[in-house]
Amino acid sequence: MITVNHYMLLSAILFTIGTFGVLTRKNAIVLFMCIEVMLNSVNLTFIALSRHVGNMDGQIFVFFVMTVAAAEAAVGLALMIAFYRNKDSIDVDDFNMLKW
Amino acid sequence: MENLVQEAIQNVNLQAIMPSLVLSGLAMVLLMISVFSKRGSTTHVAWLSIVALVITGLVTLTGWNNPQAGFAGSVLFDNFATFFSMICIVAAALTILMSDDYLRREGYPVSEYYPLILFTTAGAMWMASGTDLMTIFLGLEVLSVSLYVLAGFFRNQTRSNEAGLKYFFLGAFSTGFLLYGVALLYGVTGTTKIDGIAAYVQANPDTALNTMFIAGGLLLLVGFLFKIAAAPFHMWTPDVYQGAPTPITAFMSAGPKAAAFAALMRVTIIGLDGLQSELTSLFWLLAVLTMTIGNFVALSQKDLKRMLAYSSISHAGYALVGLVAWNAIGLSAILFYMLVYTFMNLGAFAVLILIGKKGEDNLTLDGVAGLGYKKPILGIVLTIFLFSLMGLPPTAGFTGKFYIFAGAIEAGYIWLAILGVMNSAVSLYYYLRVIVQMYFRDPEEDFNWVTINVPTAISIAVSVVGVLYLGLFPNSLMNLAKMAGF
Repeated sequence: MITVNHYMLLSAILFTIGTFGVLTRKNAIVLFMCIEVMLNSVNLTFIALSRHVGNMDGQIFVFFVMTVAAAEAAVGLALMIAFYRNKDSIDVDDFNMLKW
Repeated sequence: MENLVQEAIQNVNLQAIMPSLVLSGLAMVLLMISVFSKRGSTTHVAWLSIVALVITGLVTLTGWNNPQAGFAGSVLFDNFATFFSMICIVAAALTILMSDDYLRREGYPVSEYYPLILFTTAGAMWMASGTDLMTIFLGLEVLSVSLYVLAGFFRNQTRSNEAGLKYFFLGAFSTGFLLYGVALLYGVTGTTKIDGIAAYVQANPDTALNTMFIAGGLLLLVGFLFKIAAAPFHMWTPDVYQGAPTPITAFMSAGPKAAAFAALMRVTIIGLDGLQSELTSLFWLLAVLTMTIGNFVALSQKDLKRMLAYSSISHAGYALVGLVAWNAIGLSAILFYMLVYTFMNLGAFAVLILIGKKGEDNLTLDGVAGLGYKKPILGIVLTIFLFSLMGLPPTAGFTGKFYIFAGAIEAGYIWLAILGVMNSAVSLYYYLRVIVQMYFRDPEEDFNWVTINVPTAISIAVSVVGVLYLGLFPNSLMNLAKMAGF
């Protein structure tokens, strides 16, 4: 029997993987994918909890999260392309013009 | 089914979102106008954006003392929302005024810039009027996505690209935390409405001890604290503020920050009221940390934009003091302070925009040497803004800080007020250093590239008048701010 706890555990694991990835990976695209993993783990939480609490609010929230994630992807990838054109790299270690 | 539809239609109250509706509509019209304009001509779009903001401002003001709730309690356009919306509108208008000449100087006369600022403002208004975490989240994202573009607007300039990307990654990262927090709160209380969460906690007092509820609340706060650039979530601020186009830096530190404060206040004071004692101790720590880090790191900065970025972190700390106080004076002081900060910070940045050369490599401490002799008016004006940022009378920075610390003392946080005042004393050093450079160093340059253009002059004049008027006669605005609190 799969209960809401299993879903919560799975989404917590996914969220942790995403967070860990953002903190350790160097490639901007991979970083962005890790952020998407985080957002989707949140979606999973919302849907599981929506069924658990018994109303639709959580499922509606997921639609908005997906829309926003799509908008963010468009802007984020455009920024990465602009950076790549100037620096020939999307390694986060090359984000080094601005510091201290 | 038909009943549900009927009910949904009755719940829609367009009046409640009219200001942001008008603003987004006009912004889209402006986008179309800029598509059909000649390449490189942006001035008419800039002035039309000002017109759009004035119209929105008038529509917004009809909401004063006339609270409108709509969309089944997801939006509440009350005095509080009106006040914060007006702050964002003023910030956007001043930013647009100082932008036109700047964009031409830097070689990016692209008119999408202005509609993007308007969209940011619309998002800020949603944040200020949202009473459902869903509305606040959407407002936050409309605001953030437009700001990511604006921060990276100079697309051939690596510095601007880098600022946009850093802002994007850290912003999206913090959004993940915010959303996870919302999801957990939803799981415990079964609703995403702020007053619904408060009602649930009131009905079930032991919720406040529920781990999932506390974790949700804290994760939610991470998202907001990131936006207001409170320590320890401030690391993006200096980099993004330094790399972004200067008017956008000025705008980010005023409008969006005020909107994030509005949402933070509504969520904590209404929604998480059950955690008040825990939250005030947390905010106490964060306020002290934010003020101290901002001020002490600013001491060692040579780049003026970066210095003002750290100063904006410390000002977020002062505003957090008002939230620690959690009383009427403290809260209305935050509203007051946000408007004052808009005037003084945008004014200071407008002066920097005028004295910058193309590329702005001369905006350093040494770069302003002797400015007070070569350009006396700009020198005096910048001095007034810096005095206000320091918090010296008779400027508005003083009255703003006075109200904030008065709120903290009334709530019994004497030590917090003392630490705040000590921090202001530290900040004297780095603000005064700029003034010393301007007046006590021999000019190395003759500043002959500085030309004063009318729109920037207007925005500087408005800021000076705002700073001095609110410094000498703060009562009228403070009364409005008191009416806007909840």
